Amino acid sequence: MNKKPGFFGRFYMSIILFFLYAPIFVLIVFSFNSTRSRTVWTGFSLEWYRRLFSDGTILDAFYTTLIVAVLASVIATFIGTVAAVGFFNMRSRWRTPLTQINNIPMMNADIVTGVSLSLLFVSLGTMLSFRLGFGTLLLAHVTFCIPYVVLAIMPKLRQIDRNLVDAACDLGCTWMQAFRKVIIPEIRPGIINGLIIAFTLSIDDFVISYFTAGGNIMTLPMQIFAMTRRRVSPEINALSTILFMSVLILLIIINVRDIKQEEKLRQRTSV
Amino acid sequence: MKPNYFSIPYVGWMALFVVTPIVMVFVFALTTPTGEFTLRNFSDMGLFLPVFIRSFRLAFLATVVCIVLGYPVAYLLARETTRVQRILFMLIMLPLWMNFLLRTYAWMSILENTGLLNQLLSFLSLPTVRIINTETAVVIGMVYNFLPFMILPIYSVIVKIDKNLIEAAHDLGANTFSVFRKLIAPLSIPGILSGVTMVFVPAVSAFVITQLLGGGMVFLLGDLIEMQFLGTAHNPNVGSAISIVMMLIVIVFVIVMNKFGSGEEKAVGL
Amino acid sequence: MSKELIRLSKCSMAFDGEYVLKDIDLYFKDKEFLTLLGPSGCGKTTTLRIIGGFLKPISGDVYFDGVRINDVPPHKRAVNTIFQKYALFPHLNVFENIAFGLKLQRQNGKKISKTEISERVLEMLDIVSLKGFEKRDVTLLSGGQQQRVAIARALVNRPKVLLLDEPLGALDMRLRKDMQNELKRIQQATGITFIYVTHDQEEALAMSDTIVVMENGEIQQIGTPEDIYNEPKNAFVADFIGESNILDGIMHQDGVVEIFGRKFSCLDGGFAKLEPVDVVIRPEDIDIVDSSAGMLRGTVTSITFRGVLYDIIVDFHGFKWLIQTTELYPVGADIGINIDPDGIHIMKKSSFSGMFGDYSSFSDEYENISDAEFEFEPMEDVERTEDRG
Repeated sequence: MNKKPGFFGRFYMSIILFFLYAPIFVLIVFSFNSTRSRTVWTGFSLEWYRRLFSDGTILDAFYTTLIVAVLASVIATFIGTVAAVGFFNMRSRWRTPLTQINNIPMMNADIVTGVSLSLLFVSLGTMLSFRLGFGTLLLAHVTFCIPYVVLAIMPKLRQIDRNLVDAACDLGCTWMQAFRKVIIPEIRPGIINGLIIAFTLSIDDFVISYFTAGGNIMTLPMQIFAMTRRRVSPEINALSTILFMSVLILLIIINVRDIKQEEKLRQRTSV
Repeated sequence: MKPNYFSIPYVGWMALFVVTPIVMVFVFALTTPTGEFTLRNFSDMGLFLPVFIRSFRLAFLATVVCIVLGYPVAYLLARETTRVQRILFMLIMLPLWMNFLLRTYAWMSILENTGLLNQLLSFLSLPTVRIINTETAVVIGMVYNFLPFMILPIYSVIVKIDKNLIEAAHDLGANTFSVFRKLIAPLSIPGILSGVTMVFVPAVSAFVITQLLGGGMVFLLGDLIEMQFLGTAHNPNVGSAISIVMMLIVIVFVIVMNKFGSGEEKAVGL
Repeated sequence: MSKELIRLSKCSMAFDGEYVLKDIDLYFKDKEFLTLLGPSGCGKTTTLRIIGGFLKPISGDVYFDGVRINDVPPHKRAVNTIFQKYALFPHLNVFENIAFGLKLQRQNGKKISKTEISERVLEMLDIVSLKGFEKRDVTLLSGGQQQRVAIARALVNRPKVLLLDEPLGALDMRLRKDMQNELKRIQQATGITFIYVTHDQEEALAMSDTIVVMENGEIQQIGTPEDIYNEPKNAFVADFIGESNILDGIMHQDGVVEIFGRKFSCLDGGFAKLEPVDVVIRPEDIDIVDSSAGMLRGTVTSITFRGVLYDIIVDFHGFKWLIQTTELYPVGADIGINIDPDGIHIMKKSSFSGMFGDYSSFSDEYENISDAEFEFEPMEDVERTEDRG
């Protein structure tokens, strides 16, 4: 843009950032509190971190969340990638309605998606005699992740020079080989993006899990929700501090690497 | 294998896990718990009118506050250098990486009657406020959770506005304010519209925020639906009918808004 | 160059019911350099894509070495293509791009060995003058270098036929001239049949053994560059290839044609008595003489300096001719012209008669021609998006 923001602009931005980070800051600070209180600071301790690593319920919920997120994001990325390529090669007469159906889980309120899936699973369950649990949870997660994967990959497909696929076939590839050797490498950034989005959505989801997991299995967000109805143990603060810090460090590493790469590229092209 | 067959597995998946569940919601909404056809689930909807009104009112309020707070952020962000933009953008998105239940829970500690905000106020010898378990607390929670979803689409629209357009406008004698009013504001309408959709839909169906920050005093549609499926009321048929009515209102709202929005765009000659 | 290699027999192609190729009959001889020449949307790229296997004709047959190959997919054809804008794989470096096809090949079920691949790639890099470029990132190469990589990538597979789709379109004038020579050299050195698509008639004349002029999905003329230039079959070909004055004439008998009420002797014959014909006179075949001594008399209306010679526009009875001359005649000068019998070419009337040949809007036409060099082919872009379905 033409002009950089002035003092008031920067000041406003800082206030908004403060608004966004204040609760997170509070959470982190009170993870080091020496008592259970979430509002009164009584002194520094690592007690809650120690207890976290011996608390079976929380760790179990954490593992469940992680396993579901890994499985759901990988499966969703696989199905979504193949589906996106398929959609892209379709005539628009078919593509348009199908992409609209694909968009439904993204546009719909989470609670409606969750409720509708639970109706399906319960009804199927009575017919085929299975109960809500890990399987239904995973199916639900895959279902709400795929549309985002498709969304992440579509623009990359549009960027591909159509002649590239022709060129690969011309040089001896069957269509499947061209898909593996040319299309996949070309859309790889989109695939990785889709995988990351799917993973974070899955790890963060509460509403849909709540309706599809049944009573015997709990994800971390469900565990947190259950605790908020009584009183949250600062162990949860400790766990989220660890998770948040890991993400922060990861993002810093990725960004520093990106910036370095860009500078390298700039230097190379300017020579 | 031809590439257009690639989508067949997913088309099957969608049929089973996207279309069928929605059909089932309709089937449930039109039947009694024993499986007979009925329209009562809809005709009794008037009972919940206050909940509908409260939900849409609060969601509307939260959306407006998000636009008012978020638009300047998006605008200011787009004017920074690329490098600063990247850092600030990351800072705005980063809170989303902490679970929203926890972030909402943190607001409890801040807004409680003996919470951090009131501690600060009494430290400054100011009168304390009672926010927790009110509609205000719920709206704060919604704004806090959904603000990034308003900033993101507006920012991505503004940042794509051709710099040549802005320079041309300056060249033609427009000052910063009129460039904003005549050029940037109308061009950013699509961003606002998608932001509104991204904020309004989760706000109108929220149920965790109300339970944490509303303390059960602020009862919204999300709570109502949850109660019908997993809670004490347990009546999935009524719950399905409520979900359908809620989504239909939202869809009509979105369609009307987009019609209105594209009219605006045409008015500025795009 | 003797044997017939590829034959298109009654090939037609249509997109959404609109015909872009109409019953094409065409054969390609082994080891020849054949150019498909024509303006945007004439069907030349469609023809090329049918040979490459990217499009299936809606009717008619394609033969390779006498075998019908309509249903053979691109990867099983002994044909390689140089695409518009090269279509190099951006995620692979120069070496990997060139080795792409070799790594896929199987000889008696066995892969080609790594050392052989490496040898053949390096040899190819040498042929296209890119020694030492193996490790380079293809996206950082110049247009000319990318072009060379694309050529190497196609030729390293030792195809029988190389298809080139406007390969020089994206290069600047100078580089184009160099690459024309380079391509001709490579074709002669390798003995591979080149099928070249272009809208640039100079390029076609300079490089080809055979030129196929196309328009409206039909073949207008097939011949050597000399044939096409000297003996155009109709007004379209005469106008598209080089500059030409195309006039209405009446054939009186073999060797005698009437233009503007005057009889000229010519070398052509075989027309009916008093048959109306199109007469082509190339601007360089006209001799300017004193106005009293000429067969026709006219007035100079404009002059353009072209370096070696001048293009002058001369008004004869309201019809404007283009004449090329080394001497300068001022605007308004009265001049006479003589035309030798071998400078007059007689063509049968066709659907193109009357559409070309008058130079009253000379400057516009010149601009159109130079614009065409940078013009994409919207028609054929449509084809590309259509063949998705």
